[in-house]
Amino acid sequence: MLLNELTITQAREGLDKKKFSAMDITKACLHRIKERNEKINAFITVFEETALHEAQIADDMIARGEIYDLTGIPFSVKDAICTKDSRSTGAGKILDDYVPPYDATVIKKIRKQGAILLGKTNCDAFGHGASNENSMYGPVRNPHDLERVSGGSSGGSAASVADNMCVFSIAEDTGGSIRQPASFCGVVGLRPSYGRNSRYGIMPMASSLDTVGPITKTVADLAVVQRIIAGHDIKDSTTVTNNVPEYSQLLHKSIEGLKIGVPKEYFEIDGMDSEIKTIIKNKIKNIESLGCEIVSVSLPHTKYAIPVYYLIVPSEDSSNLGRLDGIRYGVQAEAQNLHDIYTKSRAQGFPEEVKRRIMIGTYALSSGYYDAYYRKAQKVRTLICQDFERVFEQVDLLVTPTNPSPAFKLGEKKDDVLSMYLADVFVSPSAIAGVPSMSIPVEKTKKGLPVGLHIIGPRLFEGRVMQLGYAIEKFNN
Amino acid sequence: MSKLTVEEIEMVADLARLELSDSEKEMYSKQLSVIFDYVDMLDEVNTVDIVETCQVTGLEDVFRDDVVEVSDSEVVKKLIAQFPDKVDNLLKVKQVFDN
Repeated sequence: MLLNELTITQAREGLDKKKFSAMDITKACLHRIKERNEKINAFITVFEETALHEAQIADDMIARGEIYDLTGIPFSVKDAICTKDSRSTGAGKILDDYVPPYDATVIKKIRKQGAILLGKTNCDAFGHGASNENSMYGPVRNPHDLERVSGGSSGGSAASVADNMCVFSIAEDTGGSIRQPASFCGVVGLRPSYGRNSRYGIMPMASSLDTVGPITKTVADLAVVQRIIAGHDIKDSTTVTNNVPEYSQLLHKSIEGLKIGVPKEYFEIDGMDSEIKTIIKNKIKNIESLGCEIVSVSLPHTKYAIPVYYLIVPSEDSSNLGRLDGIRYGVQAEAQNLHDIYTKSRAQGFPEEVKRRIMIGTYALSSGYYDAYYRKAQKVRTLICQDFERVFEQVDLLVTPTNPSPAFKLGEKKDDVLSMYLADVFVSPSAIAGVPSMSIPVEKTKKGLPVGLHIIGPRLFEGRVMQLGYAIEKFNN
Repeated sequence: MSKLTVEEIEMVADLARLELSDSEKEMYSKQLSVIFDYVDMLDEVNTVDIVETCQVTGLEDVFRDDVVEVSDSEVVKKLIAQFPDKVDNLLKVKQVFDN
């Protein structure tokens, strides 16, 4: 096995037993990036020099016995997350030369352990998209089929893990941006409960939905990273002070007797791929054979999740993106007056989709429409939240497909905005409700494309979500 | 069906400080009309007496001590270095008010 292919668990063991060094793994990852990034385009920026320096520091830490879970482990970070003294574009040209002077809280926690930052991964610009085709640095290609999309918005993070260019990645999920690409690329991705992980240092999209989470090769790895990045942060007033469990220990708890809900609405969607339906139904049978009770449940407002999402998110987006105006940082367009600096910097620095979202949001919030659109969507959001509250009185977890189809071809949905928005149909309801959910790879289609199983838990029950994911992963192996 | 006219698109673009080309205006007029037609399905949901959800954590009145944190001078230097245009350590912008 090549060193870049290792999981966190395997790398930790080898590093601790001095079978190889952090420098060895880092060089193996950098080599893989050199070999593959031109084709896959997972990274916008690679920090070769600083990564090697950080690997040396990690090896020194290991030599003197200062060892944490992530000491010497190389990772990648979505470009919409700020990394200290390291270019962070958010995949939008308006921040082409932006170098943050600080690390996002989650990144700070990881780097404090001596993990090695390899580079920044491509994404749909500022998180806007489900295919990674909205990056101003070109689309990310799916490692399983280069003619297909990686998914989005965190496509580069998912592809970098799937293609073994790094050991794990940190990404952002507003309405599916971790889980959907994780499913398309065949890796594990967690959207934590809203408020569980700090959002400080994340380029904001929709503040009432944005979350940060890990993308890893296994559920056991995910438990390790999530334990480190979770927790209250004084710099993000939406983080909760609840105790963060030792997720890795919860993995080994038996799942026998757990009540698993299967929401019928998730299997009645138009255009659902029949092969995926069969694969997921078989997985549900496997879960039953592991001693869980399968219960058919209903989340009646599921079909309203996409319209709610596409009102709330663009509205909050249009406000958050107001800060990107080319005045204090970023790329400023040539213009004669202040007004034109704003309009031209934004016109040149945002791709089509970002402008579209700003237009939708500005219209939805404009005078006379606020009640009809934004406030109405917030009210239906309440009903979607109540659906989940009610269902979690009956069952411990929910399982659904992550996506209605496997990874589609590049360009296939580009001109059909609504069909692209519907790619998030299974991942947006839980995001709207703020509950944790995870995608794990379960099987491949006949064409060799990964299929993801989506596990949703009650608020702050990430551990239980991982517990079932781990049991399924073990069963599959 | 086109709900949003090109004139409305121009008004929204101005509010959003976005310069749009004529073809973009045409495109967004069509696409936003489709999207707003689609989201209109929310009208069928009865939301009488339903309170809107603005946040999902249930946290209220989160305070922190009102103390000034002095920024590291290196950070200040780096922030100033990001200014697209400057005079010494001051951010330079175009005239805000017309003569």
